[in-house]
Amino acid sequence: MLEIKNLHANINGKEILKGINLTVKDGEVHAIMGPNGSGKSTLSSVITGNPAYEITEGEIIFNGKNIVGMSPEDISREGVFLSFQYPVEIPGVSMVNFMRTAINEHRKYKGLDPLPASEFLKLMREKKEYVELDNKLANRSVNEGFSGGEKKRNEIFQMAMLEPKLSILDETDSGLDIDALRIVANGVNKLKSKDNSTIMITHYQRLLDYIVPDIVHVLYKGKIVKTAGKELALELEEKGYDWIKKEVDGE
Amino acid sequence: MSIEGQYIDIYKQYSGAIKKNSAGALNDVRDAAFERFSKRGFPTKKDEEYLYTNLAESFAPDFGMNINAVDFNVNPYENAHRYGVPGINNRIYFIINDQFYDKEEQPKAAELPEGVIICSLKKAAVEHKDIVDKYYGKASKDSKDGSVDFNTAFSEDGFFMYVPKGVRMPYPIQLTCLMTSGADQLATGRSLIIIEDDAEAKLVDSIFAQKELKFLANRVTEIFVGKRAKYEHYKVENTKRDMTNLNHVFIELEEGCNVLVNELTLLNGLTRNNVEVNFRGKDANLDLCGMALCDGEQHLDTNTIVNHWVGGCTTNELYKYVMNDKSTGCFSGTIMVAQDAQKTKGIQTNKSICLSKDARMYTRPHLEIYADDVICNHGATVGQLNNDEVFYLRSRGIPESVAKMLLMFAFVSDVEEKILIPELKDAVRMMVEKKFKGEVESTCKGCSSISACHS
Ligand SMILES: Nc1ncnc2c1ncn2[C@@H]1O[C@H](COP(=O)(O)OP(=O)(O)O)[C@@H](O)[C@H]1O
Ligand SMILES: [Mg+2]
Repeated sequence: MLEIKNLHANINGKEILKGINLTVKDGEVHAIMGPNGSGKSTLSSVITGNPAYEITEGEIIFNGKNIVGMSPEDISREGVFLSFQYPVEIPGVSMVNFMRTAINEHRKYKGLDPLPASEFLKLMREKKEYVELDNKLANRSVNEGFSGGEKKRNEIFQMAMLEPKLSILDETDSGLDIDALRIVANGVNKLKSKDNSTIMITHYQRLLDYIVPDIVHVLYKGKIVKTAGKELALELEEKGYDWIKKEVDGE
Repeated sequence: MSIEGQYIDIYKQYSGAIKKNSAGALNDVRDAAFERFSKRGFPTKKDEEYLYTNLAESFAPDFGMNINAVDFNVNPYENAHRYGVPGINNRIYFIINDQFYDKEEQPKAAELPEGVIICSLKKAAVEHKDIVDKYYGKASKDSKDGSVDFNTAFSEDGFFMYVPKGVRMPYPIQLTCLMTSGADQLATGRSLIIIEDDAEAKLVDSIFAQKELKFLANRVTEIFVGKRAKYEHYKVENTKRDMTNLNHVFIELEEGCNVLVNELTLLNGLTRNNVEVNFRGKDANLDLCGMALCDGEQHLDTNTIVNHWVGGCTTNELYKYVMNDKSTGCFSGTIMVAQDAQKTKGIQTNKSICLSKDARMYTRPHLEIYADDVICNHGATVGQLNNDEVFYLRSRGIPESVAKMLLMFAFVSDVEEKILIPELKDAVRMMVEKKFKGEVESTCKGCSSISACHS
């Protein structure tokens, strides 16, 4: 599915990712944990082609293609989805128009005709169910006036619409109360299959109670410094990050 | 000879013919206007109000003027569907350069409500002398702008609309100024619009210019809105890149009336839009807004002056510009609140996006407040599209160009929301889309000023 080799990336001339290696196989769920500022969101932005970042070295191979230098829209249409840590509000762009455009661009990429209006609306209705997204929200401008939880649900709704092969969930659990967390996690689980993969970026063990990872990584200072099974998440929950920081910084 | 010189000579030589081809109130104020014009001349960049637009230069070329009111052999009703907003074609009127067209009736036109008069201004000056005498030239009389005097001196005819007390127009009226001629042409059209107490009306004022020739339109519109009356004024420009378009709109507002002015500029050459509003009675509301979509070397200069002479009134002003290529946008707005105009509410906003490094936007918002109990604020921003928003849309598979277009649409959407005629809103939305896609100048012959291209 995804193979990242020796990935280095800068923003505004400052190196944030300093040699990331990561392999995600079909159907796997990976968790990436790590203290604030260690580069988790940067990694998700770089994978999805955010032009604000400069990749200075390394490769990102997605289903056999090197996607370094590919446009964000093509990366999306290849099947990568990012649930943003901070989804932006876009007043004046309606959710419906936004999603219709996105869906039809994905279809065009696959050589398919645009979805007829009635089928599109049916699809919207169906996918809203996954995250119990309120009808009212779907009729508004993108994220405008949404609460923190509604924004995160809206991200998973978009994921359901676009049916990606690889989903990167950047702190999708933060700012959610327990009910919202359950709804979001349920949505993600329902969308899971043996053919698609998930990378969950999170601070907390609690999301991992709902979506069980196969592999857990710790990202610190722009590098993956530890990789283990799901028990690593529990250990981090218990002991915090200090022992890892010590291990790395003490080297 | 100065630029003004040729026109001064024309007036001296032909003022007899001008008066013969006009009538009543239009002639009564003509010589005085000419005297003022001779003294003031056209505005130049030396004038505070015209810092970014040298108007005098626009008048320098050798334009023809239709002093003798020669008939241009066109029947616009043969192609009325090309000039009107699809779906609201039931009453459309034409000004051919500056002459009201009434040789033919509009076929299958809806009945006008009783008492409503819409006709040639020249004709009205005779047949409805008392009304025209009462209003003509009154809203513009304090203007210091030489190009307004120029219009008053040379204007022979134009559009007259009178909606008497309590009458509600059941549909919008469309007025299309058709610039068409055998040679480059200067036109001095004039409109006089009177909406009496408790009456209601909507007007869509658009301009259409023949492709091959150069035109300069210097138009003056005076609007009087009575007590508790409602009036919507839409001005749509979708002309061409060598068009020069000067518009002066003067509005007098009486107590408790509600007025919306929305100026939509999609394609133009050099345009100067002046709007001057005077609040004369309390509790009146004004929505004043506009959008400009400029690329190439389009030049749009908007100047608004809103005078709150009395208290308790509200002005809500919003202008949005999207500037690309080497286009130039200017916005200069003043809201003045006189000493006794307590409880005035005034908001003035100008927001612009510059998409290219060569596009220029000059903005000068201005409040002039002499009263103490008012709520007024103003703001202006000039920026670019937000990169985070562009990336968000692209990350869902939307190509960069489309993502930017969606954001530009979104940017002007609040001005679009202030188009309260659904058919016009649809037509504008379609034109905006074409503009952003770079298709606004399609070669389709069926295209028109408002209905854009149907193909
Ligand atoms: N625009 C920027 N310019 C400079 N540094 C930045 C910028 N954005 C993020 N950073 C830095 O990059 C580092 C990684 O940030 P981020 O990827 O958001 O971390 P995480 O998601 O792990 O909390 C931080 O030290 C942050 O200060
Ligand atoms: Mg982060």
